[in-house]
Amino acid sequence: MSAQDTIFYFFSAVLILSALGVITFRNPVYAALLLVLAFFSAAGIWLLLEAEFLAIALVLVYVGAVMVLFLFVVMMLDINLDKLREGFWKWFPFGALIAVVIAVEIGLVMMGDQFKQIIPLQPKASDYSNTKELGRLIYTEYVYVFELAAVVLLVAMVAAIALTLRHRTDKKSPNPSSQVKVKRNDRIRMVSMAPETKE
Amino acid sequence: MKILVSLSHYLILAAILFSIGVVGIFLNRKNVIIILMSIELMLLAVNINFVAFSHFLQDTAGQIFVFFILTVAAAEAAIGLAILVVLFRNLRTINVDDLSELKG
Repeated sequence: MSAQDTIFYFFSAVLILSALGVITFRNPVYAALLLVLAFFSAAGIWLLLEAEFLAIALVLVYVGAVMVLFLFVVMMLDINLDKLREGFWKWFPFGALIAVVIAVEIGLVMMGDQFKQIIPLQPKASDYSNTKELGRLIYTEYVYVFELAAVVLLVAMVAAIALTLRHRTDKKSPNPSSQVKVKRNDRIRMVSMAPETKE
Repeated sequence: MKILVSLSHYLILAAILFSIGVVGIFLNRKNVIIILMSIELMLLAVNINFVAFSHFLQDTAGQIFVFFILTVAAAEAAIGLAILVVLFRNLRTINVDDLSELKG
């Protein structure tokens, strides 16, 4: 077994165990943290596959942004865990059966000979940069798709903000435009009254 | 030294991860947060498949595809969590069984 195999099996074991933890842990905070661990191990496996840019992007975008969002939401919600865990194991045999069937079916296909006849891997040139290659492809061949992805992100951002924004009626805040627009006559009233004298 | 890990190893790993995601949806069918996390696991399995094929077929297009899947998955997670927050604010629960407001 080469070092690469050892690293592959190590990361795979961590990945599968943490994924199992994500779906079985009682506390959603632990589940989210284990999902972070799963993403880290997946990034390790992608490094083995020489996809350096995507491995870094997975850690930065997923662990750095999406999982932090998950953790925020999980910690913000005050949920009754006992009610959510009711009948947790009731559907386990059914779900496990379906999962085993899926895994065995995919596995049988993947073990087939058609995946063995793969072109021999050529070692990359020493100045090859995965990031540079991806950047070249994204900004030439896939530039329209790239801009579409940007639009998708913009729409998602607008939708998320529009969904969660609420206009509170119980807060007191000054209205700057009405403050600027105010005239002298709105604020003071001149009254003519006779001078008062002491008796 | 001969390297034993082949394309099949990566594909089977992704298959196992995908199945774990499916079981997660079955087990936690009341908890919307864990269902979202299971969906993330399944997307990760698909992405591992793409990266593995991209490496063993020496074709970078697979990695570009993973890039766009990551984009869409991030958008999906953001909107899903926003809906979850609005839901909790209105109903004080995230139990899937209680979300039958639209039922006629």
